[in-house]
Parts: sequence; C-alpha cells; structure tokens
Amino acid sequence: MLIGLFNAVRAAGVPVSLRELLDLHGALKAHVAFADQEDFYELTRLIWVKDERHYDRFDQAFGAWWQGVASQPLTPEAVIPEDWLRRDFMRQLSDEEKAAIEKLGGLDALMEAFRQRLAEQKERHAGGNKWIGTGGSSPFGSGGFHPEGIRVGQGGNRSAVKVWDKRQFRGLADDAELGVRNLQMALRRLRRFARHGAQEEFDLGGTIDATARDAGLLNVKMRPERRNAIKVLLLLDIGGSMDDHVNACEQLFTAARGEFKRLTHYYFHNCVYERLWQGDGGTYSNSISTMEVLRTHPPDTRLIFVGDAAMAPYEITHPGGSVEHNNPEPGGIWLQRLAAKFPRLAWLNPMPQDSWNYTVSNRLITEILGPRMFELTPKGIELAMRELVR
Amino acid sequence: MTFQSTDTYVATADLSLAVNAAITLQRPLLIKGEPGTGKTLLAEELARSLQTRLITWHIKSTTKAQQGLYEYDAVSRLRDSQLGVEGVNDVRNYLRKGKLWEAFESGERVVLLIDEIDKADIEFPNDLLQELDRMEFYVYETDETIRARHRPIIVITSNNEKELPDAFLRRCFFHYIVFPDAATLEKIIAVHYPNIEKALVDEALAMFFQLRDVPNIKKKPSTSELIDWLKLLLADRIPASALRERDPGKAIPPLYGALIKNEQDVQLLERLAFMHRRQSR
Repeated sequence: MLIGLFNAVRAAGVPVSLRELLDLHGALKAHVAFADQEDFYELTRLIWVKDERHYDRFDQAFGAWWQGVASQPLTPEAVIPEDWLRRDFMRQLSDEEKAAIEKLGGLDALMEAFRQRLAEQKERHAGGNKWIGTGGSSPFGSGGFHPEGIRVGQGGNRSAVKVWDKRQFRGLADDAELGVRNLQMALRRLRRFARHGAQEEFDLGGTIDATARDAGLLNVKMRPERRNAIKVLLLLDIGGSMDDHVNACEQLFTAARGEFKRLTHYYFHNCVYERLWQGDGGTYSNSISTMEVLRTHPPDTRLIFVGDAAMAPYEITHPGGSVEHNNPEPGGIWLQRLAAKFPRLAWLNPMPQDSWNYTVSNRLITEILGPRMFELTPKGIELAMRELVR
Repeated sequence: MTFQSTDTYVATADLSLAVNAAITLQRPLLIKGEPGTGKTLLAEELARSLQTRLITWHIKSTTKAQQGLYEYDAVSRLRDSQLGVEGVNDVRNYLRKGKLWEAFESGERVVLLIDEIDKADIEFPNDLLQELDRMEFYVYETDETIRARHRPIIVITSNNEKELPDAFLRRCFFHYIVFPDAATLEKIIAVHYPNIEKALVDEALAMFFQLRDVPNIKKKPSTSELIDWLKLLLADRIPASALRERDPGKAIPPLYGALIKNEQDVQLLERLAFMHRRQSR
C-alpha cells in the first residue's frame, strides 16, 4: 500500500530509497503511529525526507496521494489547486460565515477576487492588509482578523485542514542542480597544503631524529598542522544581466567561503574598471581602487571571475564605454593588468557554453584572457580548478 | 516510555513523535532549525526526562571522527617507558576514550548529543557511518571490537553550514524545528517565567513578531533571544505600558541588544524609523 506513496514522493523529486521505505514499515509495525493520519504524515516525513528544502515537494506529493488523485504537476500554476479551496471551505464554514461571504458578493466573487490577488502576488506574505498570507487583516490568508475572509491552510496544530496543505516549507524549496556540497567537492581540488601557524601536531620523524641525537632520551618535536594555503581572489559580476544567476553565484560563494580560509571577494558591474565594490551597494564609499587590489595581493593568488561576460563591446574596448560612469581607461586594459599580475586565473560563466559565441564581448574577453572560461557547473568548476593549480 | 513536553521544555506534537520514533527504531535523530529554537536543549531535556546521562560531543572545525572513538597517546607511553613508570606494558593505559566509546560502554542507555556536526570537515560524517549504523568499532591497538552494551539514543544537530552526505542522511531520521507560532511561544514563556504578567507577554510578543517580519533583516531574533529579552525586561521592571506606548517613529524596542545581534540590523531599523518619522510629518 505504501508503494504508491513511495513512487509519488520519488516522482516529486524527493530522493528516498528502499531503505527508508523499509524503515517506515518497521515504524508502523512498532506502532509509532497508529490510525492517525497526521501522525502518519509526520512519521513518513521524518523517515523519508532528509532536507527541509524537500519538505514542500513532499507535502504536495503526500497531499495528492492522500486524495487518491494523480500528482499535480509541480508548476507555479498548480500551487493552489481550485478544488481544495472550494470543497474544504464550504464544508467548514459556519452559517454566520456563509452569511458573511454573501456580504462580499457570494463565494464566487470572493474566489474570483482571491484568484486575482493570487495572480498579482508573487511571493509568500505575512502581515499587512492586502496580500494573501498569514497574520494580517486582508480577507485572504490565515490567522488574521478579517471576519469575512478566506482562510488558506490553518493555524494551530491539530485541526481539520491537513497540515500538508499548509505548505509552510515552500520558502525552503530549492531546485538548483548545483548543491553547495558538490560545489565544495569540486573546489577541493584547489588545495595546496603548507605548514604554518601554531605547532599542534606530533612530528614523528623530527622526534626520532632529536631523540637519537639526545642519546635515546625522548625529545618530543611538534609541528604545525597542514593547512590549505591557497589564496583566492573572487571577482563577481553583479551587473543587471546577472540577476538570473544570483542563486548559482550565492551557492558558489557559500561553498568557496567554507573551503578557502584566505578568500577575498569584490564585485564589479559588467566589466572591471578602476574601482571594485566590497558590498553590493555600488556607492563610492564601499568601493576600493583596483590598483590597490593589484598591489596588495601576491602574484600567486588565484583569480576567479564570475560573470556572464555579456556586455556592450565598448565596455571593453573604449574609454568612457562603461554604462555607469565615465571611465578614463577601457575595461580591456584593466583585464590585461589583472591577467598580467595574476597568471593563474579562470572565468566562470553561468551561461551554458554553446551560447558564449553569440556575444562579441565574450570573444573579446577570451582574446584577452586566453581560453580560460568555464561553465558554472560542478564539472566546469573542476576543469577551472585544474587550470588554476597547473 | 514516551517523550513529551516537560515542566521546563515545550515540545510540539511533531517533535515528540520524531523523538519517540527515533527511540523506538533506534536511529540517530538529525535536528535542524533556525539558531535559537532549542536544538541542543532538546537532548538535555530528553536525557532528563528519561532519567539518564547525557554525553555531549561538541564538534569543532578541527574535530576528527577518530577522536570520538579513541586516541592512542604514544608519546606519553614512550616517555613513561623511559622513566620506568608502572603499567607501561599495557597499551590500554594509553588509550584515551572518546565520547562514542564512553556512550557505548555505559551500563545504561544514555543520550549522546553530537552537537553542530556541520562545523567539522566535509568528510567527517562519512567517517562515522559504520559506527552509527552497527554501533561498534574496532580498536587496532588492542585488537578488540567495542560494541554498544545499550544502543545510545543519538541526537545530532546541524546549522546547515555544510551539506551532509546522502549516505549519512539515509541512516538518520530528520526533523526540522519550525519557528514556533504565537501560542507555542506563550507556552514556552510560561515555562520559563511562570509568574510573568500577561499584558507584558502580549506586548512583547507583538513587538517580537513585528521585528521578525521586518524585511531584509539579517539575523531574525529567535526563541532564545526572546527569553533573554524578557529576562531583561523583567529585571529592569519595564512595564507593559512602556511597550504599548509605541511611538511609531521609534522602531527600536527597549533593551534591543538582547534581540538584535547585528549592527547592520540596528542600522536598518533606525533607517526604517527615520523614514517613518519623515512620512508622518
């Protein structure tokens, strides 16, 4: 009987294996949950789902399976299926509430307004008095104060509307193929160990040496632990065309920060000019001169650009070509300076490789930096890291 | 014996179910959730309610899996052999037991907390697979296998700093502690301060949730911060009316240091207050 649910959950993209299916059978046999649908839901989630980002997909699959219908396609159109609005509401409403609905022009009008507002609204919302969400005074939402309102989901823990319909984990869902973990695994290649810092590791060879010299009297030697001594300078493009790739860049950044102890990062807009930004504010006060960056980083620093390399060719070739300010020197000169100072560099591009040739700027950059552009995928990063340690 | 809310800890129904399932099926329970929602506290309370010992293994970035099993102190042994100390013949005297060993050889069923597993190296969880699965490990120095006399109840916490490997996750049950709603929070406050004035709680909670809803706030205040803040409010005898007389231009609550831990957030609130003043003028 659980095979159906198992397949539905797997089809929804939650990685659940045979082992967990057997575990659930074991748990049911041990009567951890018995004849209580909410307990069963929570138990299944506990055993099958290992990441809060998958909770939302699990909730949808479970809801669909429970109703005995085929799984809804997990597209934005399906986020609030019409039937669970209608059926559950009419059944639950008291006579007073039904009268209150009449006040707003009947259920159909209310539903229509709800659907309109849902279409306008792009994200989860709480508080406030217009959007659909929780804790506000809009007629639509949950836990609010509007007497004639529609309640989506339910507050409280044990109530008639199913918990999985609350979909409270939607904000945690994350469909990116790049996981932070596989990025980190790819970045691991860029390790060069050196010993420095506090002496905290036992040095066997040194101890034997010193002990022999002391005529057999033990003379313990310690040495610093091996650490990753690689220095990384990360330059990230946050120009307008990069907005689509924010997620991928954030993941790369999270992974890199965990992996490299000595990582500095700056932002640029479209192309590198005489100043780089420390935050994403784009104001002069939080910027730093590119010359200073060139001066303060040793030449064995690994330089990684992240950007889609899509810009107007003038931004690279002409003084004053920047879209934001009047730059005295063209971006290409700055790229050359960086490439001359840091011979080990790579460019990671979030666009798929076959689209690179369509932009002129992309070709210009490849001319300046050499064929050192890689896709921002675990595979591409691995190639880039190989290039950087060479 | 089942785990439920105690007089010092409020466990929601789904959390109790998770804990009880993990105990019944003898699986490690992986707990995640916003910082300050009581992940570590859960293990302490669980040990208390089962009237058993809690063994805590705090994980740091330099922690190795082997350190949880045992460490062989060859240097002391070598030194002792030169000084002719008694007992140097027995290698057992130089094995320092780790937290897992301690939990395995305990005469009763203990609770073992592996705290903040995500702090360790990315390979760390993989090195513990066999030990957590079979509850045994092999000691090379003495050629013996240490088996758990009573399978300990293992609680693992993570703050999501690193992703955990799939093989490790398969062996665990996973529960995500959701940030409590107002009703649960009131229960939690009642547990900590039984004699607190109702009006003060209401006002403080309203202000607290308002603060959590501020867009773009970096570190949302959580349960433990709310408890600390209430303690300060009580200590300073700040009346409920002080919270209620909310000047709309003053977005920063009194004694905010307990709630907001980030100077950028303080600046953000000041900016919002400033904009509010300008609008209302």
